[in-house]
Amino acid sequence: MSRIAELFKEKKSHVLNVYCTAGYPKLDSTLPIMRALQESGVDLIELGIPYSDPLADGPVIQASSSEAIENGMTLEVLFDQLKELRLPIAEGGLGNQLPVILMGYMNPVLQFGFERFCAKAAEVGVDGIILPDLPAFEFKQHYGTILQKYQLDFIFLVTPETTPERVLQLDALSSGFLYAVSSSATTGNDQNMDTVSAYLQKLALMPLKNPVLVGFGIKDRKTFLTACEHTAGAIIGSAYIKVLHGNIHYSSVTQDFIHSILDAD
Amino acid sequence: MQTETITQSFVHPDTEGYYGSFGGAYIPEMLYRNVSELREQYLNIMHSADFRKEMESLLRDYVGRPTPLFLSERLGAELNTQLYLKREDLCHTGAHKINNTVGQILLARRLGKTRIIAETGAGQHGVATATVCALKGMECIVYMGEKDIQRQAPNVARMKMLGAKVIPAMSGSRTLKDATNEAIRDWINHPNDTHYIIGSVVGPHPYPDMVARFQSVISEEIRMQLLDKTGSELPTHVVACVGGGSNAAGAFYHFLDEPSVKIVAVEAAGHGIHSGMSAATTQLGKPGILHGSMSLVMQTADGQVTEPHSISAGLDYPGVGPIHANLYKSGRGQFESATDAEALEWAFHVSKTEGIIPALETAHAFAVLPRLGLKPTDRVVVCLSGRGDKDLGTYMQEMDRFEK
Repeated sequence: MSRIAELFKEKKSHVLNVYCTAGYPKLDSTLPIMRALQESGVDLIELGIPYSDPLADGPVIQASSSEAIENGMTLEVLFDQLKELRLPIAEGGLGNQLPVILMGYMNPVLQFGFERFCAKAAEVGVDGIILPDLPAFEFKQHYGTILQKYQLDFIFLVTPETTPERVLQLDALSSGFLYAVSSSATTGNDQNMDTVSAYLQKLALMPLKNPVLVGFGIKDRKTFLTACEHTAGAIIGSAYIKVLHGNIHYSSVTQDFIHSILDAD
Repeated sequence: MQTETITQSFVHPDTEGYYGSFGGAYIPEMLYRNVSELREQYLNIMHSADFRKEMESLLRDYVGRPTPLFLSERLGAELNTQLYLKREDLCHTGAHKINNTVGQILLARRLGKTRIIAETGAGQHGVATATVCALKGMECIVYMGEKDIQRQAPNVARMKMLGAKVIPAMSGSRTLKDATNEAIRDWINHPNDTHYIIGSVVGPHPYPDMVARFQSVISEEIRMQLLDKTGSELPTHVVACVGGGSNAAGAFYHFLDEPSVKIVAVEAAGHGIHSGMSAATTQLGKPGILHGSMSLVMQTADGQVTEPHSISAGLDYPGVGPIHANLYKSGRGQFESATDAEALEWAFHVSKTEGIIPALETAHAFAVLPRLGLKPTDRVVVCLSGRGDKDLGTYMQEMDRFEK
């Protein structure tokens, strides 16, 4: 069973997945930030591979990506850093339990070599992949079998504009979880949580094989709890990147931020 | 170069939008509804009688089509060949761009959209979009790189005068690539009421095919005009400049499946192909994904899209339409390039020889003519894609060098 499947077997609700950009704010801050997230109690980490033209992301995440690229982050550098990912916690790694997902765009992955990317990801102990611009058609034709070969979960996105039939198709193609975008919008936009709630309620009634995590517009305890009412949990991206901006005390700012999401007042 | 067997026509993509191995729709789910709606409906709408009637009437009475096919006697004599110029510079707004925006605005209305967005580099597509939005009374938002806004002030003023809102793209390199990203993001954030008028044969399927179809009127007219003038509807060569490649797609379209016609695409070499300041995408690019389609893309070894350079903003794009990537890879098209200096030289030369001041983009197409080994019996058509008014600032800076 994959680490992601283990997680959702153990924890059915209030799963917190936090996004961070590899190589941001410093080239070598990738692992220290992931450790800080783990210590703060997140359930899952979504590690962003910086890309020059991230269409699905808003300005906050794009700016962090640009900065990471300037810092010298590449897939070669990233996989080198991630060699320490599964070291025991005492030795600076994350140990063997916390699931890690790589999120990125197709172009850097294609240049690296799709199969080589999957092999490296599996080798360093990554559990799943999100590539928002890999379409279902090409996934079925070609890429899905490669991901499967390396036992990597692949997570598709659905939006309020996705038809019920298509949600079922994308759920069938996904493993690990299904990523529900809370509105048809780029990351970092403010949403009307009532509309979001109605949408998530509809999703919850569908016969899906995967648990659902909600992303886009989750920024504080209130939005996190709203998302969790109808789904297994939520993903926080831009709000956390803002916290990291211009801050070198990763550990303490991460603790403060994650506690503000998870702990009741 | 290695050629591969292509079962598809060079003109039409397959059902998933592929020209050979290039094309497709590499889009996030947030764009799926908009793109699939367009994909399901564009051909039905474009083939419907009322659409065709309105389109033909606007192209004739508003754009000024058919544009003339002009036998260029002095330049032809100099090149020792029969040279014909397809005068897209005489279109309303001064370039071929409006052929596409007229088509897409009519399509957008039939899709029930009320809000139009577009990206622009030099501002020609932005002006052509603002123009048709004014004509049809529709809201128009044009994304333009902050750097380009500074470089292309007259076109920014035109768009504003036509009632469009020009929004600066502040992300990334703040040029055309980033303006396109911002337009796509706007579309993601407005999934219901908005149509995105892409200006070139780029973007996710069906855009490359749709834009090529709207521009194909260029070669449709060339065939008829050549028949009328020479007794044969086929030229020996069709030459056009390529950035994203919309005027080239239009000029090549009805000749691509005619093996006797040489297809010559001219890219911008900038300071020279290997100078690090170039926009010759087929020479410098590798297969990759940009703005929703698989094509040739200028990029780093790590797959980050790089910033190209050309003196002509219309050719200053790190990708190329998938239809052209396929022409390059299959060997059907001959890909040439011209430097900034050559383009400038030919802009002045064409002006003095033919009394036509061409756009800098178009000047690239002229610059390669002496290299094509043309014969007196050849019938060569150059797509004169736009007029040079917008480039007067650049021409004025260079005038001393070319005054003889």
